[in-house]
Amino acid sequence: MSYQGKKNIPKITSDRLLIKGGRVVNDDQSFYADIYMEDGLIKQIGDNLIVPGGVKTIEANGKMVIPGGIDIHTHFQMPYRGTTTVDDFFLGSKAALAGGTTMIVDHVIPDPGSSLVEAFDRWRDWADEKACCDYTLHVDITHWSDSVKQEVETLIKEKGVNSFQVYMAYKDLYQMTNSELYEIFTFLGERGAIVQVHAENGEIIAEEQARMLEMGITGPEGHVLSRPEELEAEAVFRAVTIASQTNCPLYVTKVMSKSAADIISQARKKGNVVFGEPITASLGTDGTHYWSKNWAKAASFVTSPPLSPDPTTPDYLNTLLSSGDLNVTGSAHCTFSVAQKAIGKDDFTQIPEGVNGVEERMSLIWDKAVVTGKMDENMFVAVTSTNAAKILNLYPRKGRIAVGSDSDLVIWDTDGVRTITAKTHNSAAEYNIFEGMELRGAPLVVICQGKIVLEEGNLHATSGSGRFIPCSPYPDFAYKRVKARKQVTKILRAVPRGMYDGPVSDFLPMSRGGGSSARTSPTKQTPIRNLHHSGFSLAGSPTQRGVVCPRVSIHVVVLPPELIFLV
Amino acid sequence: MSGTGYQGKKCIPHLTSERLLIKGGRVVNDDQSCYADVYVEDGLIKQVGENLIVPGGVKVIEACGRMVIPGGIDVNTCFQKSYLGVSPVDDFYQGTKAALAGGTTMILDHVTPQPGDSLLEAFEKWQEAADRKSCCDYSLHVDIPQWHEGVKEELELLVQEKGINSFQVYMAYKDLFQMTDTELYEAFLFLKDVGAVVMVHAENGDLIAQEQSKILGMGITGPEGHPLSRPEELESEAVFRAITLGNRVNCPVYITKVMSKSAADTVAQARKKGCVVFGEPITASLATDGSHYWSKNWAKAAAYVTSPPLSPDPTTPDHLHTMLACGDLQVVGSAHCAFSTSQKAIGKDNFTLIPEGTNGVEERMGFVWDKAVAMGKMDENQFVAVTSTNAAKIFNLYPRKGRIAVGSDADIVIWEPEKIKTITAKLQFLFQAMDYNIFEGLECRGGPFLVVSQGKVVFEEGKLQVQQGTGRFIHRKPFPDYAYQRIKTRSMMTGRQGVNRGMYDGPVYDVPPTPKYITPAPSAKTSPTTHQPPPIRNLHQSNFSLSGAQADDNVPRRSGHRIVAPPGGRSNITSLG
Repeated sequence: MSYQGKKNIPKITSDRLLIKGGRVVNDDQSFYADIYMEDGLIKQIGDNLIVPGGVKTIEANGKMVIPGGIDIHTHFQMPYRGTTTVDDFFLGSKAALAGGTTMIVDHVIPDPGSSLVEAFDRWRDWADEKACCDYTLHVDITHWSDSVKQEVETLIKEKGVNSFQVYMAYKDLYQMTNSELYEIFTFLGERGAIVQVHAENGEIIAEEQARMLEMGITGPEGHVLSRPEELEAEAVFRAVTIASQTNCPLYVTKVMSKSAADIISQARKKGNVVFGEPITASLGTDGTHYWSKNWAKAASFVTSPPLSPDPTTPDYLNTLLSSGDLNVTGSAHCTFSVAQKAIGKDDFTQIPEGVNGVEERMSLIWDKAVVTGKMDENMFVAVTSTNAAKILNLYPRKGRIAVGSDSDLVIWDTDGVRTITAKTHNSAAEYNIFEGMELRGAPLVVICQGKIVLEEGNLHATSGSGRFIPCSPYPDFAYKRVKARKQVTKILRAVPRGMYDGPVSDFLPMSRGGGSSARTSPTKQTPIRNLHHSGFSLAGSPTQRGVVCPRVSIHVVVLPPELIFLV
Repeated sequence: MSGTGYQGKKCIPHLTSERLLIKGGRVVNDDQSCYADVYVEDGLIKQVGENLIVPGGVKVIEACGRMVIPGGIDVNTCFQKSYLGVSPVDDFYQGTKAALAGGTTMILDHVTPQPGDSLLEAFEKWQEAADRKSCCDYSLHVDIPQWHEGVKEELELLVQEKGINSFQVYMAYKDLFQMTDTELYEAFLFLKDVGAVVMVHAENGDLIAQEQSKILGMGITGPEGHPLSRPEELESEAVFRAITLGNRVNCPVYITKVMSKSAADTVAQARKKGCVVFGEPITASLATDGSHYWSKNWAKAAAYVTSPPLSPDPTTPDHLHTMLACGDLQVVGSAHCAFSTSQKAIGKDNFTLIPEGTNGVEERMGFVWDKAVAMGKMDENQFVAVTSTNAAKIFNLYPRKGRIAVGSDADIVIWEPEKIKTITAKLQFLFQAMDYNIFEGLECRGGPFLVVSQGKVVFEEGKLQVQQGTGRFIHRKPFPDYAYQRIKTRSMMTGRQGVNRGMYDGPVYDVPPTPKYITPAPSAKTSPTTHQPPPIRNLHQSNFSLSGAQADDNVPRRSGHRIVAPPGGRSNITSLG
C-alpha cells in the first residue's frame, strides 16, 4: 500500500515474524489464519503461508489475535504550573504497551496566547525522544484569533494534525463563548478536521465552586459537587446543537456520566454526526471515592468532568459502548503524584486534574463488557482500536489486521486474570484508581512496529522508537455524511417575491454595528421621538452598501390603502 | 371555601348592582364537572348549587345545559411592547376587547423595559396605561433586560410592594437583552430567594446572530430568513440550558412560547426527571405552522414573524396539543403582539428588522377546543386546566381566578362547543386593529356563548359591551405553592456537608506563588471569590532556590522536585485505603 512507502524505518527491517494458529479478530469478522510480518508491515494472511526460512514463529494456539489498541486520549508529560505529570512519554507509552495499546494520541495544550505550532513542535520533540510506540497528536485550541486560524491551517496542511480540542469549561482560561465555538466549528468543518470538545458548562461551574467554598467544603468531594453531571449533559447538548448548525462532525471527549451519554445517543438517533469517548475511569469506577476519608485517595480520582457518584454509571456506559452509541475509548491518562495533587489540599479547585488508565483500558473493557456478554470480540476491537483509527483517518493502516497494515498486533488472553495495584503498575503514580480490581483478559504477546515488546510478562520497550503518524483531514468515517449534507444545504434559497411596495411605518433608526444581526442597540434609545421626523432629510440613497441600514421612511400611514395581500 | 378574605377590599362600586344567576349549566372545573346553578353578586361567586335561594329581581341567564367554565387567563400578551418607537396596533383596549370576545377574562401582559430603563418606572407606565384602557382584569410580568446589582433592589420592591411575582429573562437578542449563563445563574438564584417565577425566552442568541449574518450573506432577506436563522434546535438547546440552570439553583423555570416539538420534548423529559419546569405553547404554535414564511406574499409571510419562530414542521401543532392534553405542557398563552403590515414593513429589506409578534388572544381558547377537545385528545376538565386553572396556580391567583367556586371572582364563560366560525381579519376588525390574521381562513369549532367579567355580562349574542378602564390590576404574592412547594422541600434536603478528614500532612509540591501566565492552572480557578490559598512553602523547601531563574519554566523539569515517598515513610493519611 502506497501510503506506507516512505515510512520504512531502517532499524526494524530485520524483524520477520510469523504468528501461527491464531484467530484473527477484526471489527467485522473473526477467522483462523496465520500472519506473516516483515519490515513492520503485515505481508501475508492466510493458511499455509510460504515464508522465508529462519523466521521467528509465535504459536498462538488458537488465541485471539487483535489489532493493537489505540488510546485516543492521553496527557503524558503534560506541563502544569511549573511541574509535569509523573508519566512522561516513556513511562506512559510503556504502560500503554503493557496493556495491549500500541498507539497513543496525546493532547498538545498550548498556553492561551502562545503559538500552537510551537507548542506542537515542543510536544513532538518530547515524544520523539521518549515514546516507545507510535503516536500522533491532537492540538487544543485554547484561544481564538486570526493568527490561531492560520496556525490551525498550517497544522492541518503541513503538520499532520486533523483533530483539535476546544473547551466549554475553565472559565477565563480556556473557555470559548458560543460565538467563538460557532466560528471554530465552521472553520474546522470547512477544513475537514475533527472538533473535539471538553463539554462542561464553565460559567455555572465557576458559580458552583464559589458556592461550595463558601459553604466550607474544600476537600475533593467539592470537585464533584461543583461539577454535577447535568452541567456535562448541558454542554454536550449545546455542542451538538452548534455542530449540527455548522454541519461539522463532533467528538465529545471524556463522556463521564449517563446523562451526557444519553444526549449523545439521542443526537445520533436524530442523525447528528457525533462521537462519544468514555474513558477507562468512567467505564471502570465511579465517583463515590471522592468522599473517601483518605484525602490522597479521594484526590487521585479528581478529573474533569468528574466521575459520576452514581455507581451504575460504568455499567451503563459499557452498554452504550456495546450498542454503538458511544464509539471509542480513551484513557485520559494524566497522572500526578500525591504531592502534586496536594497543591489543592486546602482548596479542591487547585487539585491538578487527571487519573490513570492507559494500561488498564483494554483489560477493563474486556472484563466489564465482553466477559459480561454485553459486547462481542469484534465490537471490542472496534471500540478499542478500529473506530479510533477511522476517526483519525489512519484506517486501515492502523486498527485492522490486513495485508499492508502496520504490524501492531496483540495476542489476547481471554482468561488471564490480573489484579490491579499501584505496586505493580507501570505508571509512576503512587495511586491507582482501580486499585484491587480483578480484571479478566490481558495481552499475552504485544507486537509493536513488527517487534515483540511484550512476551511472557517481560516488557522490552525502547525509548524513542515511537514514530509520529501524520493524520490527514476529511476522514471518511466522519466526513462522508457531512459532505453530502453540504450539497443538500446549498439549495437554501430566498423566496422570489416582488418588491414590497406598500406603506412602511415610521420608526426610530437603529444604530447597528457592522452588519451583525441581532437587534442590537448598545446605546439606550428613548422611544419618545415618535413624531414625524420632519427635520430629518433623507439624503438620497443610503451610502453604505453591504451594511444593513434601515431606511427611515417619512410617511406615517394610518390606514393602509386597500390591502391586496390577502391570499 | 377558604381564604375569601382576600377579596374584601377590592369591591368595585360600579359593579355592586350586578346580580346574576346562571341557571341550568354544567359547571366545569379542572377537577370535575357537575350540573349546578351559579349565583353572582358584587363581582364574586356567592353560591354554587341547586335550588339556590336568591334575592328577587336578579338577572337570570339560562345556560340550557351548556358548559359553564372559569374565564380564560391569557398568560402572555404584549399590548404595549414598542419596537423601534413603534407601538403595537392592539393596545390594552383593543387587546382586552379581543380577549373578552374569545372567552378570556384575564390577561398577563409583559412589561418590556429597554436596557438601562428603570424597571419600576416601566412597570408604572404599563400599569397606568392598562388602568386607563383595560376592559378586563390584568396583571403584569416584568422583563429584566439586563442583570446588574441595581436591578435587585427594584425586583425586591416589585415583589414585596407591587404585587409582581414573575419576571422574564432572555437567552436571545444578543447585545440587547441576552444574559450570559453566569448572569442567568445569579438572576435565578435571586428570583428564587424572593419566591418569583422565572420566565425564560429560550433561544441561543449567540448562534442566532451568527446564523443571521450567514443567511443575510447568502442574499436571503425575506421573512423566510427568520426561521432559517432560528432553527428549532437553537430553541431546544436554550430550553435544555435553562432547565439545567433552574435545576442547579433549585428554582422553578417557566418556558414562554414553546414553539417546536423538540423544545416541548425537552420540557417533557425534564419533568420526567423531576425538574420543576412549566411550558407555555401559544395560540400560533398550536394552530398553524411555519410553512407560511415561504409565502410569495411578503405581507402574509411577515405576519407570521415571531420569536422563537413557528416551526416549518406541519405536525408541530398536533404534537403540542397532545402534550398539553397529557400534562407535559401546562398553560396556553397567545403572545399577542400585533403589528400592522406597514409596521412589519420596517423589515422589508432585512428580515432581522421585522417587528416580531403574532395575534392570538381572541382565538386562543377556540383553537385549543377545536384541535384538542373536539379531536378527543383532551377532556373538558383539562381544557379548563390549560386555558385557565394552571395559569392561576402558577402565578398565585388560585382560587380567586381559574375556578368556579364560592368566593372566586365572577369571571365566567358559558361555552358553546358546537359554534363554528371561520377566522378572518375582516370579521375581526371590530375587535382587533390588525390588518392580517395569521389564522386567516381557518375554521374553528367552539367558542364563547356568553362572557361574564367581574360579575358583568360583557359578551352576549356576538356583541361586546365593554368599558375602557374597568380592568383591575391584580396583585400576586410570591411563592406560589404550585411551583414552590417542592422547591422548598428540596432546599431543606440539599444541605451538603464536607467530609471530615484529618489534615493532609504529606508532602506538597511547590508551585509558583502566583500562577504564571505561561502555565496557568487548567481548572476553573476563576470565580472571583475563589481564594487562592497561599501555597505553604514549609515543606522540603530548603533547597529550592529558583527564585528568579525561571527562564526554563516551560521546559519540563521533573527530576529534582518529584517526591516519590515522603521522608519518614508514608503517613497514615496518604496510605492506600
